[in-house]
Amino acid sequence: MKTIQFREAVCEAMSEEMRADDSIYLMGEEVAEYNGAYKASKGMLDEFGPKRVIDTPIAELGFAGIGVGSTMTGCRPIVEFMTFNFALVGIDQIINNAAKIRQMSGGQFKCPIVFRGPTASAGQLAATHSQAFESWFANTPGLKVIVPSNPYDAKGLLKSAIRDDDPVIFMESEQMYGDKGEVPEGEYVIPIGVADIKREGTDVTIVSFGKIIKEAYKAAEELEKEGISCEIIDLRTVRPMDHDAILNSVKKTNRLVILEEAWPFGNVATEITYQVQSKAFDYLDAPIVKINTADTPAPYSPVLLEEWLPNSNDVIKAVKKVMYK
Amino acid sequence: MQKITKEVYLNWYEDMLFWRKFEDKLAAVYIQQKVRGFLHLYNGQEAVLAGALHAMDLSKDKMITAYRNHVQPIGMGVDPKRVMAELYGKATGTSQGLGGSMHIFSKEHGFYGGHGIVGGQIPLGAGMAFGDKYHETGAVTLCYMGDGAVRQGSLHETFNMAMNWKLPVVFVCENNGYAMGTSVERTANHTDIWKLGLGYEMPCGPVDGMNPVKVAEAMHEAIERARRGDGPTFLEMKTYRYRGHSMSDAQHYRTKDEVEEYKKIDPINQVKDIILEKKYATEADIKKIDKRVKDLVSECEKFAEESPWPEKSLMYDAVYEQEDYPFLQHKL
Ligand SMILES: Cc1ncc(C[n+]2csc(CCOP(=O)(O)OP(=O)(O)O)c2C)c(N)n1
Ligand SMILES: [Mg+2]
Repeated sequence: MKTIQFREAVCEAMSEEMRADDSIYLMGEEVAEYNGAYKASKGMLDEFGPKRVIDTPIAELGFAGIGVGSTMTGCRPIVEFMTFNFALVGIDQIINNAAKIRQMSGGQFKCPIVFRGPTASAGQLAATHSQAFESWFANTPGLKVIVPSNPYDAKGLLKSAIRDDDPVIFMESEQMYGDKGEVPEGEYVIPIGVADIKREGTDVTIVSFGKIIKEAYKAAEELEKEGISCEIIDLRTVRPMDHDAILNSVKKTNRLVILEEAWPFGNVATEITYQVQSKAFDYLDAPIVKINTADTPAPYSPVLLEEWLPNSNDVIKAVKKVMYK
Repeated sequence: MQKITKEVYLNWYEDMLFWRKFEDKLAAVYIQQKVRGFLHLYNGQEAVLAGALHAMDLSKDKMITAYRNHVQPIGMGVDPKRVMAELYGKATGTSQGLGGSMHIFSKEHGFYGGHGIVGGQIPLGAGMAFGDKYHETGAVTLCYMGDGAVRQGSLHETFNMAMNWKLPVVFVCENNGYAMGTSVERTANHTDIWKLGLGYEMPCGPVDGMNPVKVAEAMHEAIERARRGDGPTFLEMKTYRYRGHSMSDAQHYRTKDEVEEYKKIDPINQVKDIILEKKYATEADIKKIDKRVKDLVSECEKFAEESPWPEKSLMYDAVYEQEDYPFLQHKL
């Protein structure tokens, strides 16, 4: 094993796959000469040259669509959005074209493209720069949605995403790029659609994904001291969702808390809640609790942002509630 | 156009210097982590604002721009203390602390933001002009964007409609050489951004954006055209930003020499040289102005420091006009 940063995991995954397959290229704002706005493509221009590591103008609709179009003539693009907030400028190409070309053409075309970049909040960046659209993309048939929470998962899953023959949304975080973690020296991949039990426990299941899962880790440490044992499931892939992993855990603990950094209306947690009550109703000893960001645009002021974001104390409160403590 | 008198020069000097020092103060308090998030500073581009303000009718004309937006509202009459407080996230800020650095707004002073999605404000600017034309107010909107923003589709869709409908708007590209680390040359097959107007037969041209006189003249012509009902103009202001894109930019994409070259044609120094040359003021008078500027910046900082934080309820109260909107609960 070796210890690398999250950004290096992303870079290694892209570079290894690009060495193995000439049809893969990386395109986006500042990905080449600047080495990535968050340095996730450091050294890639030097290694692969400007034909395959391509700086774009600020034109998300155009380059998202050019990426999709190039899949129709044999390319396998990785399109980076500086953040997924800006993917909204190009979302028409993702939802109306990438997700539908295979189906509309009766299977004549496949669309092996990865759209990647940071999602959700990253400090006091205010309303337009703090949004989490996992559930928007996951709502769309034709797409797959991956949200890793550590370097190991990021590398293994990004390699799978690049090899996948369908369009994949791969969501990172500005606040995770510096995180360090162990990855194997050699080649490995992690299958899409498989959740991971990040912490085993017996009293309550906490399901989460992406950077916010760290708040669940902190809460579990605290609760441990009080004799409460939490099992933490990292979804890793939001669509398709690993329902079995969640159901098996809930059947064991009989209690479920879901932590998701997203607005509360109709999100990933809502979907999990529906699935669990329909398939494991008799196993539940308490109503499911979900914790989200406030039902408002993100505020700038630190005192408001603190209230807006979910944190480990909120997780502790939720766990105690489902345990009737 | 109103004559550019001694008073105008002296005001330009004091205003531009204040904007520069205000931004420098923000950089300093950002390092102390009193201001957070992204911070994009205007140093070097002051003439584009000074010249425009001279040509505008501040009783009704409006302005909209991107996220590099702290000093424009001050120029339009907003109390700088309130702008500083917004960056501190305080209740006394222009958006009560909700917007922060990228989102300064003052409806009262005709400053319509403060927008964070590159190119997103371009249609808004045309829309403001649409509303003014609709209501026959005679007002003109100045819609600013960066050299990076002109590559967005939003510009092209908007130019077409604005020209077709002869909206009273002046589109202003502040070409400061770079969009983050990407130079203008690397974003397109041409470098004369003003030529984008030609495809729509929109009056357009380049302007020396380091000289407030040149800016004022070009703006005056464009604003009058819009006010007459003859529609939009597209001006490319050739300018330069001295600081990095935001506070986290190592600036490997340019040389220190390049920055120094532009500082030789610094807008504040250009104006100061004319003042001294024409004996509009003495060195001693200039010192007095410098002192006033320094004191006012300190006052802004003090005000922001001492202001209260917003109430938690503001987060909800600000979202809808409806007073009793039933928000979902997000935590216990
Ligand atoms: C749609 C969108 N894409 C990307 C970004 C990230 N971003 C913020 S500023 C910027 C560069 C813009 O440069 P320019 O238009 O020249 O304005 P300047 O910063 O020079 O004032 C980029 C890429 C964004 N905010 N919005
Ligand atoms: Mg620029």
